[in-house]
Amino acid sequence: MTERALPILTVLAAIVALWYAGAVWLNSTWVYDQAQRAGTSVTLAEVIPQTMSQARPLLPPPHQVAAELWKGVAGQKVTSKRSLVYHGYVTFRGTMMGFALGIVLGVGLALAIVRYRVMELSVMPWAIISQTIPIVALAPMILTVANQIGVDNREVPKAIIAAYLSFFPVLVSMVKGLRAPDAMQLDLLRTYGASDAQIFRKLRLPASMPYFFASLKVAVAAALIGTIVGELPTGAIEGLGARMLIGSQFGEPLIMWAALFAAAILAGGLILLVGLIERLARARMGAPA
Amino acid sequence: MKDTLNIGQPVIEAKGLNLVFQTGDGPVHALRDVNLTIGKGEFVSFIGPSGCGKTTFLRCIAALEHPAGVTLTVNGMTPDQARQSRAYGYVFQAAGLYPWRTIAGNVKLPLEIMGFSKADQEARVRKVLELVELSGFGAKYPWQLSGGMQQRASIARALAFDADILLMDEPFGALDEIVRDRLNEELLKLWARTGKTIGFVTHSIPEAVYLSTKIVVMSPRPGRITDIIDSPLPRERPLDIRDSKAFIDIAHRVREGLRAGHGDD
Repeated sequence: MTERALPILTVLAAIVALWYAGAVWLNSTWVYDQAQRAGTSVTLAEVIPQTMSQARPLLPPPHQVAAELWKGVAGQKVTSKRSLVYHGYVTFRGTMMGFALGIVLGVGLALAIVRYRVMELSVMPWAIISQTIPIVALAPMILTVANQIGVDNREVPKAIIAAYLSFFPVLVSMVKGLRAPDAMQLDLLRTYGASDAQIFRKLRLPASMPYFFASLKVAVAAALIGTIVGELPTGAIEGLGARMLIGSQFGEPLIMWAALFAAAILAGGLILLVGLIERLARARMGAPA
Repeated sequence: MKDTLNIGQPVIEAKGLNLVFQTGDGPVHALRDVNLTIGKGEFVSFIGPSGCGKTTFLRCIAALEHPAGVTLTVNGMTPDQARQSRAYGYVFQAAGLYPWRTIAGNVKLPLEIMGFSKADQEARVRKVLELVELSGFGAKYPWQLSGGMQQRASIARALAFDADILLMDEPFGALDEIVRDRLNEELLKLWARTGKTIGFVTHSIPEAVYLSTKIVVMSPRPGRITDIIDSPLPRERPLDIRDSKAFIDIAHRVREGLRAGHGDD
């Protein structure tokens, strides 16, 4: 255990050290400006403490971000508009809806593509093109259109944006997974006189599962990004994306950074969750423990 | 030596069988004018260099390839009809067990597809696992078994629905010599107990001679039969029969046949 922990902790310590150094360097500009305006001069020893606790630092040092994060999580009622738990939950809900929609769309398209050859030629290029369009350009349009056609619920366009990003890895992996069985395995089923439906159920579907779960980890992260992007341009008042936007617009870097880290923690949690589900599924399918 | 030639009624008959593959380099004659009759209960080996069509011929019997015109009958039917009536079980070079199914689950696969009742499935799985000496391994997953045991499980899978014909395409080709010897012995025992008709593709001369009642020697370009040898060896064959004069004579004739077919190389 220690030999694994040591390198991880070393890298972590290096990142924190670099972060502190960056904070001193970037935030010192403000300290020097203040001193110049007051007509005094400051020594480095006086500068450093003043870079650690500014209200609007250029780069907040780790402990300030941690404190803000703690305040946002534990310092409020979870129903408060200032609670990161509340905003995190809104983002989590949006992510899950988009994720589910993305899985349905990705698996559905993959099934159609593997079943009908023409679908590959007609659908696959569009799926690829769809991923080349920057989502930040597309998101406001989806939101506006949804609003225009009378969808008042903000959750719907958010889920669509999240699904738009998350269906693609699922689609690509499932196409590959459903085609994973080799000629010999297909021949074997043919010698039993198996129907296409049986070949699908007994061979193609179970063979695609490892590919499916691998794609879910990418897809859930993509869904989270999509949800946050969907929360940015709405003038939205809920969600970690909205929180980041508020922090940026009102010049509150601490709020922005705290929301950013909350999103990162949420992403880590989601990936752990998907990993856990994958492990359970693998165990059920007889993989070596 | 009359009992060594106890050929039953013909179950597989090929008359002037031709198969041409269209490739980018033009047509390839995979099989040309193949004439062969396999009787009930025979153990027939196909031997020859790669490209001689031995596997292709087996695939024709199994209706995995479709030669033009009906020049091949299995149990008096076309290969497609024979498949529908579950005439044969097929064993491939790789065991090809599903990693997500237990050994019993893998053996059950053809039974599920063919719609056997649940109770019948259980009984048949138990029976064939016993036949290949894998009783007690039903609940294991394929990765927990050695390569030889996996191949035995795949033979059990081919036997599960009680086809009269067993088609085997280099089933022991990927295994080491020691394991292969053991499995050859076991296969002979299994053949004696079940009375199946077996078509067996191999590129090993000792394996072909040891196992077969009939050895079909083939050569490539075009794929054709160059010699058919009815083995004078008795059906009961201990491993040390391979040191006998009769065994060595047959092996010699097979080798000569292979060399003759290769004359143009």
